[in-house]
Amino acid sequence: MTPPHLDPNGTYDERFDVVEYHFTGEVPDPTRREFLQILGAGLLIAVSTGQALSQEPRGGRLGGGGGGRGATTIGARLHLGQDGTITVMTGKVECGQGARAELSQAAAEELRVPIATIRMVMADTSLVPDDGGTFGSRSTPSTVPAIRKGCAAARELLKNTAATRWEVDPSSLVVRDGVACHEASNRTLSYAELASDERASRAIASPSPDAELTTVASWKTLGTSAPRPNGRDIVTGVHAYPSDVTRPGLLHGKVLRRPSYNAKLLEVDLEPARAIEGVGVVRDGDFVGVTAPSRSLAEKALARIAENALWEKVDHPSSEDLGDYLRSHARGGVPVNPLAEDVRSAAKSLRQTYQVAYVQHAPMEPRAAVAEWQDGKLTVWTATQNPFAVRGEVARAFGLAEDHARVIIPDFGGGFGGKHSGECAVEAARLARASGKPVRLVWTRAEEFAWAQFRPAAVIDVEASLDVEGKLSSWYFVNINSGANEIQTPYRASKARAQFVASEPPLRHGSYRALATTANTFGRECFMDELAEAAGCDPLEFRLLHLEAGRLRDVLVKATRQFDWSSRSKRKEPGRGVGLACGIDKGSFVAACVEVAVDPQSSKITVEHVCQAYECGKILNPANLLNQVKGAIIMGLGPALREEMVFKGGKMLNASFARYRVPRFADVPRLDIHLIDRPDLPSAGAGETPLIAVAPAIANAVHAATGRRARTMPIRVPDA
Amino acid sequence: MMGTSDAVSLTLNVNGQRREVTTDPTRSLLDVLREDLQLTGTKYGCGEAQCGACSVLIEGKRVFSCRTAVSKAEGKTIVTIEGTAKPDKLHPVQQAFLDEGAYQCGFCTPGMIVAAVALLEQNPKPSDAEIVEAMNRNLCRCCTYPNILEAVRRACGREAEVKS
Repeated sequence: MTPPHLDPNGTYDERFDVVEYHFTGEVPDPTRREFLQILGAGLLIAVSTGQALSQEPRGGRLGGGGGGRGATTIGARLHLGQDGTITVMTGKVECGQGARAELSQAAAEELRVPIATIRMVMADTSLVPDDGGTFGSRSTPSTVPAIRKGCAAARELLKNTAATRWEVDPSSLVVRDGVACHEASNRTLSYAELASDERASRAIASPSPDAELTTVASWKTLGTSAPRPNGRDIVTGVHAYPSDVTRPGLLHGKVLRRPSYNAKLLEVDLEPARAIEGVGVVRDGDFVGVTAPSRSLAEKALARIAENALWEKVDHPSSEDLGDYLRSHARGGVPVNPLAEDVRSAAKSLRQTYQVAYVQHAPMEPRAAVAEWQDGKLTVWTATQNPFAVRGEVARAFGLAEDHARVIIPDFGGGFGGKHSGECAVEAARLARASGKPVRLVWTRAEEFAWAQFRPAAVIDVEASLDVEGKLSSWYFVNINSGANEIQTPYRASKARAQFVASEPPLRHGSYRALATTANTFGRECFMDELAEAAGCDPLEFRLLHLEAGRLRDVLVKATRQFDWSSRSKRKEPGRGVGLACGIDKGSFVAACVEVAVDPQSSKITVEHVCQAYECGKILNPANLLNQVKGAIIMGLGPALREEMVFKGGKMLNASFARYRVPRFADVPRLDIHLIDRPDLPSAGAGETPLIAVAPAIANAVHAATGRRARTMPIRVPDA
Repeated sequence: MMGTSDAVSLTLNVNGQRREVTTDPTRSLLDVLREDLQLTGTKYGCGEAQCGACSVLIEGKRVFSCRTAVSKAEGKTIVTIEGTAKPDKLHPVQQAFLDEGAYQCGFCTPGMIVAAVALLEQNPKPSDAEIVEAMNRNLCRCCTYPNILEAVRRACGREAEVKS
């Protein structure tokens, strides 16, 4: 049976808090212009294809994943132009993870065309099939196969059409370089010629038949380091990110934010802002916003509103008391260990609590949207990992039929699991509706820190017992508030229980790269080191004693050999230590060894070396994978060492890059990355898992360096 | 800028062209580049001179355009990412970023390239420590730092030396 994370048709969803706007005011649509269909540069599929999505047969789903229905016909997945252009369509987004290249590779491979021939249209809800959200590392296990199937079906159609035309057996034909070729008679048929074949057109619009996929051994494009197709537009500054989109008559918007969490608006005077020439003001319930011909004027107008607004503040917990707060608000209470009897009767037992702070994703591009109304229809360009869900969100906010809302997601400036929702798009649309002009709304960095979704904080209780041989006889693990991802231990224990308990979160929750697996791996891997010490065993030996042969053990062995764990872990040098950790997430496997230096005066932790082994099945794009793995490790250093949202009295106290310190060039340690390619195994998504092992490995190294156990993220050396 | 009573006319020299703008002179250079001149390659990342996404060259030196009033740039030579390449040829730093795949989402890339161009103008053969020091004010949240470092080495002809 295929495990759920590798099942191309498997369902997967992520929870996140949506900001539900309920507009009550009159929202007239003042636009009276003709609706012009807006297409990306040079794209003509929407007007030329006969297989519009509305004509797609209902029912059935092919590789959607994450809630998407996918494409059931060849025509919903790709358009063959009579001029030879090949356009592939996907509901996935590109936000730096490399989907544009990888999905282009998938298409080129099965169509047997050079990758440069492929034009990839991503995440325009009027043009593409719903492939579900871009999260949960689903693009690789579900969308790559979906695109391969659609393109393989097109390739077989080319071959069969040629065979019919020439009255030859299809098996006598080969498809290469974009043509079906009958070598005996030296005849060829191209995809451009197929596009004008009537019978083929009908086949393209019908449910696509199963076609054989190209075997790994025959791959020419998949498995290679194909570069990002629009790299040149990135280095020249030409690529238009959501915050760069411009429209004729564009206005700039700003939205009034609460001065503290949950505060209620009592009184507000809009007149001082309205008095400014060129400024438009909207109030609709608690929503207050302004528009102006420039961002700075909108900011000034909003400041005039904010300085007079009266609010009723609401009590809100502080980050200092977070652990107690989450524990005391655990729904149904914190459960007691059902294995308590095993603990009592064991040779040795241990119990610890670990805590993980709230952190922000802080993508380089803050939330941004450009909204435009024409004839009662809304188009928004925005950044979200969830385009079809955001289409629903904006349609709901304005009472629109979904086909009256179009959401377009240009490749955007970072998501990391933080851009699942569409509040910025809704806000921009509300302002555009009022002003009768297209409106651009870009959240400030401070807004992004305070009002975007957070990675949930965690309190983790772990208790375990050892038998006389030093083996795990019982294991009990509770995660309060952050999530159940990979909560089950991969280590063998006579009895093991794990559970997630929701709390009453004080902040808005969302996903984050690797989600709660980071917290659960931190708690488990730190505790494994404490147990190893209790058992009088080396941390590596203790883990190997409890791990079956398999992929996790393989990466652990690989990382520790490359790092030379056996000799480096025995060196005793004051203020210097090594640590290790390993884990699983979303079907891939990681192990990390690190060396840290801890300053004896300041207790500052410097990560000097990270050696990581990673295995995600067959590697689809080695250079992109390496880039992702390095990026995930370095990004992971932030919440491991410094990142922590600090709040008090309902206010975020460190909502800036000056006070919330993310990793910079100077923080980059020496990196040794060992990617294990497994052509015999299906490919798993790899953007998240490489992040999870670095924090516990650092905490364990800090113990080796100082003799003191750090049990929080961010990791701080406790006082002696 | 329309809609303000305190607008003044300014002449800017951007990417080798004279550009006239009528604007509130206290607006940031970043806003004027993006909104008035449609030069959107320069990005807003923080507005506090902490991330470097808004980097442009003024008189060859890197400045944070989000914290530079447009009036301060009048009469000076401004180069943005759009003016970094020659018409038919990428700047060596751009080419190196492309060759190394030194981006993920790419939102920080224009600022990174501008910062690297400024560095190599002043110091054509920087050491790794000098590159890190000069680039440390630019953030990349995808943390593509190793590839960016490699790209800057490549742009100054040091890639062979480092790899060997």
